[in-house]
Amino acid sequence: MFGEKALELIREFNRNKDGNLGPYNEDGVRQVLEEMQVLYEANQNDVAQLVQDTSDQTSLTAVQIRHDSLQRNKRCILAYLYNRLAKIRSLRWEFGSVLPPDIKNNMSEKEVQWFTRYNRSLANYMRSLGPGGLDLTQDLQPPQNVYIEVRCVEDRGELELNDGSKVLLKKNSLHYLPRSQCEHLIRQGVLKHIT
Amino acid sequence: MDDFLNVSELTEEDSGDEQFTAAQVLEKLEEAWMNEKLSPNLMECKSEIVECILEQMQEMEDNINRAKKGDLKVSLHRLELDRIRYVLSSYLRCRLEKIEKHAPVLLEREKSKNDIEPSRLSPEEFAFAKEVAGNLETHLKMVVVKHMPRNLQNLDLPEIVPSPDLDHYVFLKVNKDEEGVIIDAETEDHGADKVDLECGAQHLMRYKPIEALIENGTVSLM
Repeated sequence: MFGEKALELIREFNRNKDGNLGPYNEDGVRQVLEEMQVLYEANQNDVAQLVQDTSDQTSLTAVQIRHDSLQRNKRCILAYLYNRLAKIRSLRWEFGSVLPPDIKNNMSEKEVQWFTRYNRSLANYMRSLGPGGLDLTQDLQPPQNVYIEVRCVEDRGELELNDGSKVLLKKNSLHYLPRSQCEHLIRQGVLKHIT
Repeated sequence: MDDFLNVSELTEEDSGDEQFTAAQVLEKLEEAWMNEKLSPNLMECKSEIVECILEQMQEMEDNINRAKKGDLKVSLHRLELDRIRYVLSSYLRCRLEKIEKHAPVLLEREKSKNDIEPSRLSPEEFAFAKEVAGNLETHLKMVVVKHMPRNLQNLDLPEIVPSPDLDHYVFLKVNKDEEGVIIDAETEDHGADKVDLECGAQHLMRYKPIEALIENGTVSLM
């Protein structure tokens, strides 16, 4: 039936909704576009025939059905693309401006370009907030303490703090650090907050 | 609160020739933050409050750096600064999220509004919204619309992208008395449905009729 493949795209996206981004279904999109082309050409022929031979209106319903299928396919494809972009956007806020390679592999080339442009717009906006800008991707939770205790999950080498002192991040080492400076490492999974 | 911010040195002037203390500006920020978080639509832009808070944060940062290390007050000041930064970031993030979700609709409303109504987007937010909408349109066009049959190639973004749900129900508390608030407009079948709001009362209503009242401070969302 018309519109099946487009619906399949949506279902596939929905299945992956809560996890990370699934791979870009290039084939699926291409098939839907091909179906749209086929429907459109069939419609062109029928409309030409209807206009020519105004006594024979039997293909009018066929034209209507094909037109509705075209609209549905368009809507499904646009929804698939738009929701993928929304997902990538939420991953940006979670992971920062450099996405992990396994997520990047699932993005199509055009999505990568979109992501670069989005990063640039966001950076421009954040820079415009006061002198030196305000990084809105920090401080995602209300602060409880100035300093927090963290355990290092993996080797990361040296971390330089704002006051110049250096901390060696070796696996399983415990540190008592200012919250603002290790928040992004906690989000990346390098440090674990001990409560 | 007054002690921590050394309020006596930090009175700020509002562009409307009124003086607000640091504590009052923070209170306004928190109210704007609550309203922004709970409302389905983007609220009016409060650039003066944002700028004021950013200036104060800078001053606090300088004060902290000047103070001698190891002093207990320094930690407390720093925590206060972190808290203010959190509220401000959360407020701006909330606005950004709404702008990104509804960019085409918001841009259209900005274009069609008259000069009297205050803008809902600061100049930077407006530029950001334009870039977001442009980015989306370019992406959709390049990837699929280009390959679609000719009669389907028009992409009317304000129609496609969902607009803010103004019929969302919200809890509100009334700060000032207001009479005759029109909930349902007058139609042929019945007269206008009006409600009187008393100071201190709490209500659950549709967002749309009371939007203007939130902006002028008569009610606040809770």
